[in-house]
Amino acid sequence: MNAKRTDFLATVVINLIVATVVGILVFLLAYILISGLPHVSWSFLTGTTDAFSGAGGIGVQLFNSFYLLVLTMLISVPISLGAGIYLAEYAKDNWRTSLIRSAIEVLSSLPSVVVGLFGFLLFVVKFKIGFSVISGAIALTFFNLPLLTRNIEESLSAVSRSQREAGLSLGLSKWKTEIGIILPVALPGIVTGIVLSAGRVFGEAAALIYTAGQSAPVTNFGDWNPMDPASPLNPFRPAETLAVHIWKVNTEGLANNAAQLSAAASAVLIIAVLLFNLGARLLGNFLYRRVTASK
Amino acid sequence: MEQTNFQLKKQKSQSNDWSARLHHATRATREDWMGKGISYLCIGVIILVVASMLWFITSKGVATFTQNHVSLTKFLFGTNWAPDQGHIGALPMIVGSFAVTFAAAIVATPFAVGTAIFMTEISPNKGRKLLQPVIELLVGIPSVVYGFIGLAVVVPFMRHVVGGSGFGIISATFVLFVMVLPTITSMTVDSLRAVPRHFKEASLALGATRWQTVSRVILRSATPGILTAVIFGMARAFGEALAVQMVIGNAAIMPKNLISPASTLTSQLTTGIGDTIDGTLPNNALWSLALILLLMSLFFNALVRVIAKRGQLKHER
Repeated sequence: MNAKRTDFLATVVINLIVATVVGILVFLLAYILISGLPHVSWSFLTGTTDAFSGAGGIGVQLFNSFYLLVLTMLISVPISLGAGIYLAEYAKDNWRTSLIRSAIEVLSSLPSVVVGLFGFLLFVVKFKIGFSVISGAIALTFFNLPLLTRNIEESLSAVSRSQREAGLSLGLSKWKTEIGIILPVALPGIVTGIVLSAGRVFGEAAALIYTAGQSAPVTNFGDWNPMDPASPLNPFRPAETLAVHIWKVNTEGLANNAAQLSAAASAVLIIAVLLFNLGARLLGNFLYRRVTASK
Repeated sequence: MEQTNFQLKKQKSQSNDWSARLHHATRATREDWMGKGISYLCIGVIILVVASMLWFITSKGVATFTQNHVSLTKFLFGTNWAPDQGHIGALPMIVGSFAVTFAAAIVATPFAVGTAIFMTEISPNKGRKLLQPVIELLVGIPSVVYGFIGLAVVVPFMRHVVGGSGFGIISATFVLFVMVLPTITSMTVDSLRAVPRHFKEASLALGATRWQTVSRVILRSATPGILTAVIFGMARAFGEALAVQMVIGNAAIMPKNLISPASTLTSQLTTGIGDTIDGTLPNNALWSLALILLLMSLFFNALVRVIAKRGQLKHER
């Protein structure tokens, strides 16, 4: 076989491979949306779940997912912002910094089930908080911190040196320069990273099964006092999220329409994650235009 | 005498004033201290989390051997997993985990490398506009959704094609293949793009065809990067819990073939940890499985470093 024939054959094979990959994605999305969307209705989105069989609506789970997401972001964004600033601005190039970087790398490569088990051990077993929103949010924070920190550090480091020098030459402190000049310039990248990580957090289940729990007690949506046990905002109640619900229905659920239920819930989950991805891109572009004044 | 003393005092107080001004921190310096404090605190929190995670899981994981006096070889090479009766041979799970990881990596690598070659060499334009979003979407799909599709599509398909229950290593391989594909692909794309342009130009100028250039020059010089990508994919497959747990069948027995129910470290952990009591042997045994997961993740991490260092050396020579 001569070189040209081989070249042609290789090109054909690679094109087939690419077609397969695209086909897989199209099939996945089409399958979920086609089998799930017909079962999504307003009563499904807002209804409550039958605690025994797992059948019924996903209202509480949907709320739990968003509530956990907000709490996780409230905890993890400030910490990773500080850590990102440390790595981008204060860290010297020495063994201590490389140790810190490897620690972050280790945290990011740990399987999420291990992170979840650590949360379970710490909050449920040791501190006896029990399966609760707050345990889940902190476990998700552990899982979110390394990626967010790296993203923030990269966005900050990408800002040109001259901006830093301009700030320092005006007599501003390093900290003021970072907060007042560098951070706004880096904001589009940071926001994109935060929204993308929100999509990841929204779909995560393995870290939550043993921290936020697998039950979604019906809450009283008229009661917004976070201290009341029946309030949806109470951080010490167990909170099954949408992703955990899909897992539960498929593995332990007794509902006779489990396939339909999880298809519908998967469709909702996928649409939420797609919206996060799209939102990240749009918001990033919008902020970039605002900050850089470029059309 | 009195006067000189007075003058001296005056001088001293003046110099004190100056030294006070010169030795005291300015506002900017104080701001910087605060900033340093805040950012050191944040990085400290992360270090604390990592350290306590390693410490807690290790101390829990070794309890099986220190408190329950199970021998390490029995744990690692025993094939009988019945913690309630005191038998904790973890080999079935270890074999299961490695089997699905390697199988998924072997299936996914050609697809990932092919896609990456398409994106960088054959059609960069389509690559950016079509395949980049495809890869990002595949990354974004949550693992429970992969598990659900595995359960709804792959398992019945396998049952139909090869018989049996459909649950097993081969179904898990299929699901993991799709899950690690985007990881390996996007990292392979990065390493193909990092190949110096003149390598490719030199090869083409010698009259090599595109495939000759790709296979003999580009892939070869990107090998360390591709290996890193595959290891990252394997790390993801090894640690994936729910999607695998949903399709593998969760039978803690030595897998005899690819189509009978088996189990992995992660699947055993997710099913078991809620049903056991803290401090008992069945519970400790599960923590030992978690310790294996942790150690493997550290091992994958170290492997990536070694390859990165080797790759650098090669380029420098």
